[in-house]
Amino acid sequence: MSSIDALRDPNPSGPAFIRHIGAGNVILAVLLILYPAVASDFFLTQIGGYTLIFGMIALSLMLLAGYGGMVSLAQITVVGVAGYSVAIFGENSSDVMGFGWPWWIYVPVAVLFAAIASALIGLIAVRTEGIYTIMITLAVATAAFYFAQQNYTLFNGFPGYAGLRAPEVFGVNWRDPLPFYYLCLGTASICYAAVLYGAQSTFGLTLQATRDNQRRMRAIGYNTTAHKVFAWFLSGAIAGLAGVLLVWFQGRISPGTIGVGAAVNILIIAVIGGLRHPIGPFLGSILVVMMQTFAIDIVGAERFNTLIGLVFLGVVFVSPDGMLGLWEKAKPYLKQNSLRPDP
Amino acid sequence: MALLSENTRLSSTGSYALEMDGVARHFGALVALSDINMKIAAGERRAVLGSNGAGKTTLFNAVTGDFDCTYGRIRFFGEDITTIPAHDRIRRGLRRTYQISQLFDGLTILQSVYLACRGVSRRRFSLLRPRDRDANMEQARSILMAVHLYDDADLQVATLSHGRKRQLEIAFALAGAPRFILFDEPAAGLSPTERRDLVAILGALPSHIGYVIIEHDLDVALRVSEYVSMMHNGRVFKEGTPEEIENDAEVQAIYLGDGHG
Ligand SMILES: Nc1ncnc2c1ncn2[C@@H]1O[C@H](COP(=O)(O)OP(=O)(O)OP(=O)(O)O)[C@@H](O)[C@H]1O
Ligand SMILES: [Mg+2]
Repeated sequence: MSSIDALRDPNPSGPAFIRHIGAGNVILAVLLILYPAVASDFFLTQIGGYTLIFGMIALSLMLLAGYGGMVSLAQITVVGVAGYSVAIFGENSSDVMGFGWPWWIYVPVAVLFAAIASALIGLIAVRTEGIYTIMITLAVATAAFYFAQQNYTLFNGFPGYAGLRAPEVFGVNWRDPLPFYYLCLGTASICYAAVLYGAQSTFGLTLQATRDNQRRMRAIGYNTTAHKVFAWFLSGAIAGLAGVLLVWFQGRISPGTIGVGAAVNILIIAVIGGLRHPIGPFLGSILVVMMQTFAIDIVGAERFNTLIGLVFLGVVFVSPDGMLGLWEKAKPYLKQNSLRPDP
Repeated sequence: MALLSENTRLSSTGSYALEMDGVARHFGALVALSDINMKIAAGERRAVLGSNGAGKTTLFNAVTGDFDCTYGRIRFFGEDITTIPAHDRIRRGLRRTYQISQLFDGLTILQSVYLACRGVSRRRFSLLRPRDRDANMEQARSILMAVHLYDDADLQVATLSHGRKRQLEIAFALAGAPRFILFDEPAAGLSPTERRDLVAILGALPSHIGYVIIEHDLDVALRVSEYVSMMHNGRVFKEGTPEEIENDAEVQAIYLGDGHG
């Protein structure tokens, strides 16, 4: 059984619920729940929180690209739709907009807006294929960036919005490191589990089959366009959730958050991690967040992009399936060394 | 009077599974299909023969809506389907197989056929995983039984042999409640045993299900059809019973490899 299967497939032995969820996932969950016991506040938020948030954004791309064969560069734009919605419908300190709605209204609204925006982008993008999908979503992302930068009535232009904050609910201040880490962990786990489950659902199979052969899909009765647009909608909901967490964490949103650099960053995370399994985006996110946090001190800010680029090339050169693929490649060697029967 | 004749016309067209009026398809300057007028009765089994590039596959593509026809009208059980999308034609009971297998490499055989059954049912959209006892799952299994793929149900499609892939193509065409099937060279590349299986599967189809089969192998084609249309250069140039076609001098010339092109 491969390591990826260990995450997906029932383990033949053990208690029923572990068999159902998969041993790998249970171990992962326990480690992540215990992580705060060893992690400082910095590691909880700047590493843990960021990794989970960017993992979710990359997961929204993995859903589209891995299962749907549609590579989007506009995921950060969808994140931005949710982020700006939080600023506009919730509270901000920029004296523009800020309707002051309670969180339990503006969060669902923000996520819904993100999902709808994503579906609209999808509606344009599904007419294209391959490289053209990338180009058209890049165009959307670029246009959204400049629009947000130049429009002051709705987006407050260049400065954007500040003073966004996670609410206090049940007497817990969700901005504090520990609650915020668990909030991110909970949200990311739900998204991860939903994608894992959904991949084998009828819709998940439909999406993968459409990726493999759209023409055949039509010839067995599917309106492939409708199914693909729905995939964009679901992907948008995940990116939207991540967007809410991101602006709660950063406390602000500005055009820089949704710039072209950020858009490409998401693609890099997803590809470095691997697009074949929903754990891939989170693996890629750990690596990129760690590099962003620590490598800047070592190689300096100007050379940082060079470093990311080199790592990206390295991983993709050795394994087109990203870190997931690296692991798959390493396994046989590890196994040989540890399990080789005595002569 | 006018009303009456209109009604008789309608009911007479209703007895045809497939009617083509002046169907043509151009690819730029290339006329791949021109002025096709074909009427195929419900339940009829028809073979379409013709040399490479005669336009046979193009004919199928026009009927299923894989691409539009340039001129002409197509009716399916009396209903004009010329402009409706491909998936809607399938939902009305039309099925097809492809000359070059069109499969889902990332799925298993069972998942593929399950999707085909779901695709023509009302519940084609669901966010839940299919249950093992799901009606469409059960139907998929019985189809796999019929095309001799039952034991391979969980194999990944990408790993299948050519013969298996052709069987899976057939399985797609049997999903749901087909009313009329288009088989595009289902026997191509099959071994003699596999050909016999194919002929048996075609013979076992319920009699109300008609089909058109494109087949280069005269042996197979004439055995599984009641009527034959011969195509050349995008036109139907001869129609007749298998006996008439077999004994036709012009046809023999083509199939012996001279006198055309
Ligand atoms: N998508 C396409 N674009 C351009 N030309 C095409 C296309 N499809 C078919 N043609 C051309 O139309 C003509 C008819 O092709 P078609 O595939 O219908 O032939 P066929 O009778 O099925 O032949 P074969 O026995 O080789 O399968 C050929 O000249 C072919 O090159
Ligand atoms: Mg052909």
